[in-house]
Amino acid sequence: MATEILMPALSPTMEEGTLAKWLKKEGDAVSAGDIIAEIETDKATMEFEAVDEGVLGKILIAEGTEGVKVNTPIAVLVEEGEDVDAAVAEAEAGSDAASGSKAPAPAESAAKAPAKPASAPAAPRSNASPDWAEGTEMKEMTVREALREAMAEEMRRDENVFLMGEEVAEYEGAYKISQGLLDEFGAKRVIDTPITEHGFTGVAVGAAFGGLRPIVEFMTFNFAMQAIDQIINSAAKTLYMSGGQMGAPMVFRGPNGAAARVGAQHSHDFSAWYAMIPGLKVAIPYSASDAKGLLKTAIRDPNPVIFLENEILYGRSFEVPKLDDFTVPFGKARIWREGKDVTIVSFGIGMQYALEAADRLTEDGIEAEVIDLRTLRPIDYDTVLASVMKTNRCVTVEEGFPVGAIGNHLGATIMQRAFDYLDAPVINCTGKDVPMPYAANLEKLALVTTDDVVAAVHQVTYR
Amino acid sequence: MAARKTPAKSNTSKEDLLHFYRQMLLIRRFEEKAGQLYGMGLIGGFCHLYIGQEAVVVGLEAAAEEGDKRVTSYRDHGHMLACGMDPKGVMAELTGRRDGYSKGKGGSMHMFSKEKHFYGGHGIVGAQVPIGAGLALSDKYKGTDRVTFTYFGDGAANQGQVAETYNMAQLWELPVVFVIENNQYAMGTSVKRATRSPDFWERGAAYGIKGEAVDGMDVLAVKEAGEKAVAHCRAGKGPYILEVMTYRYRGHSMSDPAKYRTREEVQKMREERDAIEHVRELLLQGKHATDDELKAIDKEIKSIVNEAAEFSKESPEPDPAELWTDIYAEEAPQEA
Repeated sequence: MATEILMPALSPTMEEGTLAKWLKKEGDAVSAGDIIAEIETDKATMEFEAVDEGVLGKILIAEGTEGVKVNTPIAVLVEEGEDVDAAVAEAEAGSDAASGSKAPAPAESAAKAPAKPASAPAAPRSNASPDWAEGTEMKEMTVREALREAMAEEMRRDENVFLMGEEVAEYEGAYKISQGLLDEFGAKRVIDTPITEHGFTGVAVGAAFGGLRPIVEFMTFNFAMQAIDQIINSAAKTLYMSGGQMGAPMVFRGPNGAAARVGAQHSHDFSAWYAMIPGLKVAIPYSASDAKGLLKTAIRDPNPVIFLENEILYGRSFEVPKLDDFTVPFGKARIWREGKDVTIVSFGIGMQYALEAADRLTEDGIEAEVIDLRTLRPIDYDTVLASVMKTNRCVTVEEGFPVGAIGNHLGATIMQRAFDYLDAPVINCTGKDVPMPYAANLEKLALVTTDDVVAAVHQVTYR
Repeated sequence: MAARKTPAKSNTSKEDLLHFYRQMLLIRRFEEKAGQLYGMGLIGGFCHLYIGQEAVVVGLEAAAEEGDKRVTSYRDHGHMLACGMDPKGVMAELTGRRDGYSKGKGGSMHMFSKEKHFYGGHGIVGAQVPIGAGLALSDKYKGTDRVTFTYFGDGAANQGQVAETYNMAQLWELPVVFVIENNQYAMGTSVKRATRSPDFWERGAAYGIKGEAVDGMDVLAVKEAGEKAVAHCRAGKGPYILEVMTYRYRGHSMSDPAKYRTREEVQKMREERDAIEHVRELLLQGKHATDDELKAIDKEIKSIVNEAAEFSKESPEPDPAELWTDIYAEEAPQEA
């Protein structure tokens, strides 16, 4: 009885990977636990173990193959003495039925997970590109690479900039954002901390008071709740409390919001929380160019900046201008596509749903204008209001909870400043008002979706 | 109190003794005046007086050098006066006026002075402890040999972030002196009601940090221990813990009914252990000063405090436009 070995998912958000190397060749005997291959994800190279014993009958995916989707059969394992060709043929024929039955558990769950990364299309191109001159040379880059480049460039520029956090140095970052930084800048400027968020955040605030420019990486913003007193009470308020004498020029950054199937304690979107605090600035990029340009601006900003990244977006590629010193200003929204029928306002990963919805709405003859706020403090109200005054309708999209959401605030602002222009109430598309469930179907129901956005647009356009 | 006493007092100079006397008296008179102004409604909100603990900060400041940093909790008036901040500016901040150190926007608990390397003034119990370690990290990063004095109380000593900070400070050998001002009560809770590990300085051993307890009612003992701690830090040997055994005569804040201890206990401390009386006796016994000379100092201090009080009443309230300033910095703050 032959078994297919499937491409494993090696992280909650992995969609595909490179089959870097086969450590066994066809005909080799394999025992459970033997390392049979090396698989490269966008974060790391991982060893892949056999879960069954037998003989490696046939290798289906050659080493060096890139972009192998999770759950693709990569080899066939046969029983000892079995006719290889016949067994392989049998396995391939029955592949649909048998698929996954002997696969490693992570692959199995990922295969069935309807989580949004698996179905996410490539990021749409922007219609408007106000951040660089026309004709600027561009290069394709992931959000992860963009963040890394931003930090490296700013660390080269200012020796007082340093990075600290859990696993940022020798491990090269839990999500590999800081890969290579230890090599270039050394242990003085790329500091591994113990698991002690409250403490190291306070240490970083003190270092900022002392004239340094710390970048604090939270492995995820969920863990920053341990440190929120230092962020709010010490970092955000000191400039005011000192009558302008001293403040905390620093960046708090890391992934925010839901990844995929990581449960209630690791899926929280904190956008609205931080956006509420005077003294903080809050940036939340969607594209790689914004990730790079906004992070460079954040590091140079003389105030504490909350920089909310997203794990699912880390591996996405976008075009980034090839400029020596590319920055994106805070408080300036980006219009991703222009339209006359409705304004969709979003930020961060919400932009994915906003843009997908806008695409689909064209089929119904609805032209949506899609605005990426990019920073939540300051918020570019003018761009939103000007758009609403043109389209007379507005839908907001965010992943966070519905009560006290950014969309609530935008709705109130639009009501106060553009009431007479509105032809329909503003609708907020948000995550559901529940802790994030683990079960794949429930998680899907809890998250905001493109369908939600499309439905909301139909509602406000009455068609 | 299981704490070290001054071994030899004879080698302390007349100038030093007079300086300590003057500084401690300034703090006490200043705090008494602040208490009065609070009673008159000129100071609002929370106001935590340092009366009784003067020898702690005065002794440690005597061990500090120019450029050393300090950070403390909300019971911060004494620290500001001892590091040379202007009593007028401190009192005007207490009254919430525009000439206060924070333009009236910080209050009793939140004052800062870049010039004097005083980094607050923190209202959340224990939050200043990692901040102090971070200040020390900035000095180590820049390659200076400056030291940060990080003051906190016996209450804060039980906060988790203190343990977190000990761990990192020793791991990274940060030049920070942790000063535990053990005044025996965390608000209304005595040390023995808060922990079965009441010798706070010994907790450092769990992280490999050296430390000791010292008699905080004896300014000379505090100074000597401070010098030892500072030398340890300046030599690049990492942090040091001083648990300074002291006593606060007044309530936790102005609104403390003090039901958790007896009047007799407070009275006994004042009569038998008062730090200012101790130095006064040394000055008189050593014939460094006459009664009249000390009276002249008392008078001089009183007039400094009265001037500060007058100044703090006359300084106008902040301009309403100040509501909207200092929320964001326009450019990078200058290095302190």
